[in-house]
Amino acid sequence: MKTMLQRNIRDRFMEGLLVLSTIIVLLPLIIIIAHVIIHGIGALNWDFFTQELGSPSRALQGRPTGLVHTILGTLVVDFMALTIALPVGLGAGIMLSEYPDHKLNPVLRVMNDTLNGMPAILKGLLAFVLIVKPMGTFSGFSGGVALSFVMLPIIARTTESALMSIPWSIREAGLAIGLPRWRVVLSTVMPAARFGLVTGTLIAFARAAGEAAPLLFTSFGNNYLPNHWLGMILGPVDTLPQRLYSLAISPYSHWHNMGWAAAIVLLVFVMLTFATARFFTRQKF
Amino acid sequence: MSTDKDTRKNIRKLLRNPSAIYRRPGDLLFTFLVVTLGISIILLTLSMAFVLYGEGSAALREFGFFGFVRGTTWDPAVQLVFGAWPFLLGTVTTSVMALLISILPAIAVAIFTAEYAPRWLANIIDNLIQLIAAVPSVVIGIWGIFVLAPWLRDTVYLPVFMWAESSYPQLLPILGNPMGYGMTTATIVLALMIVPYTTALTKDAIRSVPQEQREACRALGATRWEVIRMAILPYARGGILAGAILSLGRAIGETMAVAMLIGNKNTLPFTIFGAGATMPSVIVNEFREAVESLHLSSLMAIGFTLFIIALIVNLFAAYLTRKFSIKGGQVI
Repeated sequence: MKTMLQRNIRDRFMEGLLVLSTIIVLLPLIIIIAHVIIHGIGALNWDFFTQELGSPSRALQGRPTGLVHTILGTLVVDFMALTIALPVGLGAGIMLSEYPDHKLNPVLRVMNDTLNGMPAILKGLLAFVLIVKPMGTFSGFSGGVALSFVMLPIIARTTESALMSIPWSIREAGLAIGLPRWRVVLSTVMPAARFGLVTGTLIAFARAAGEAAPLLFTSFGNNYLPNHWLGMILGPVDTLPQRLYSLAISPYSHWHNMGWAAAIVLLVFVMLTFATARFFTRQKF
Repeated sequence: MSTDKDTRKNIRKLLRNPSAIYRRPGDLLFTFLVVTLGISIILLTLSMAFVLYGEGSAALREFGFFGFVRGTTWDPAVQLVFGAWPFLLGTVTTSVMALLISILPAIAVAIFTAEYAPRWLANIIDNLIQLIAAVPSVVIGIWGIFVLAPWLRDTVYLPVFMWAESSYPQLLPILGNPMGYGMTTATIVLALMIVPYTTALTKDAIRSVPQEQREACRALGATRWEVIRMAILPYARGGILAGAILSLGRAIGETMAVAMLIGNKNTLPFTIFGAGATMPSVIVNEFREAVESLHLSSLMAIGFTLFIIALIVNLFAAYLTRKFSIKGGQVI
């Protein structure tokens, strides 16, 4: 039998170990953010937001380069993905929560979870085969479709849990005053769950905005602004995560610095979206 | 029991023959729309399996499924022989090792925030952990390329290599080239990236332990650690296991950071410090440059293999979560 002292020492020791582990886990996060800011802040200037990248020689000769086409492309592709994913994801979420007796419901749940668990790179391959091959060209549209595959299952899942959190009595109240089911869903359940819906959508958006793998085979990348705005949709488009990858593995030190700056922009973009999502989670009716 | 069954039967009857109000065009249209959207997700998931199989079928026919999976040569340039074994091995090694490295710290964080830390501190730690999950993979990748890999090379790999060279030269073939970009670096980064998932799921499992369990243990005179070891961990074991498997699934599919750090070597044997490759990393590296149709098809076949592995891991995790009834364990 161990003495009380031994047991207390052990208790203290384990507590210390837990604190130490927590610090070890959190330390890299702080180091990463610090490094990204230190390395990238120097390259974040006016040119970065107003010029296009161009060829490597442009940077080597010291002419102004930037990533304006990348930032615009990211916004176009991300919002295109959101427009595609939002209706489908909401619809599937409504089906999961409001029609629990539908025969296809268990199938949908399993399939949605499977899609959610699939590596993002496979979603890129799927979009490549479904969109890029028939179109015959890499395009911003195919990038949007690939990212929508990332958003879809997350939106469906969060929509389901947001709608499920609304008590059944609200639906019964709606039905009792003679509303048809679709009005019950659209006018009572969804408004009541609005903060949950916004949070889920933002989380899906942020998760997709950080993905590079699906975009490599779909929107492909582009060093220049397209001549016509339609080129953003029908032609190859640059996006931040994919450009960041290309810059990081390039052999030019000037491009490495731009990569760090792109990392800051991407990090701020994603973190702001997550922070907004967190803000909406805290909201009550 | 019987009343429950009756209600369910009544609901079914009602649904089969809904009252007039639910047969109006508005409801019919809405139901049709919602079910169509739901079915489109089902079709999308199925099409992923079929498309990957269809596009990879040329390679799978050429080498046979098991011949492809077990094939050790990946030569897109000269012989045009493709085997996925090196990448399968790379994926399994890096993700399993990453899980083994990260699981104890992740469980520790979960225990600390759930059982020890005051509420405000637990909130801060939770938010920071979720922040790790929010950092895009490419950002971790660029940090790995320019900061972590050179640092590991100078402070860990080179000294170990020098020591092995002078004392145990027979170790050198196992250690491999200490250039910084290789299996160990990729594994460390992977471990860092899956910590948030393991932590969130472990925390769910710990939260599901009834309060009475803790109180009973305390009443017997147990210290805080003894409560955790005797009352909480045995109860939460299944949930923690399910969380670990789900995190493994994340690690298997993680692409960009690994592709940037693993060094990309397509031939076995892989060494501890030396370069390697995983299934996602080889797709990222070669897909855009694949000219031969057999090469392209082989990459798709690797995608199909990855699909199968991810499917098995996810289904197993889903089975465990259902069995131990923990919540989905959502990371923001």
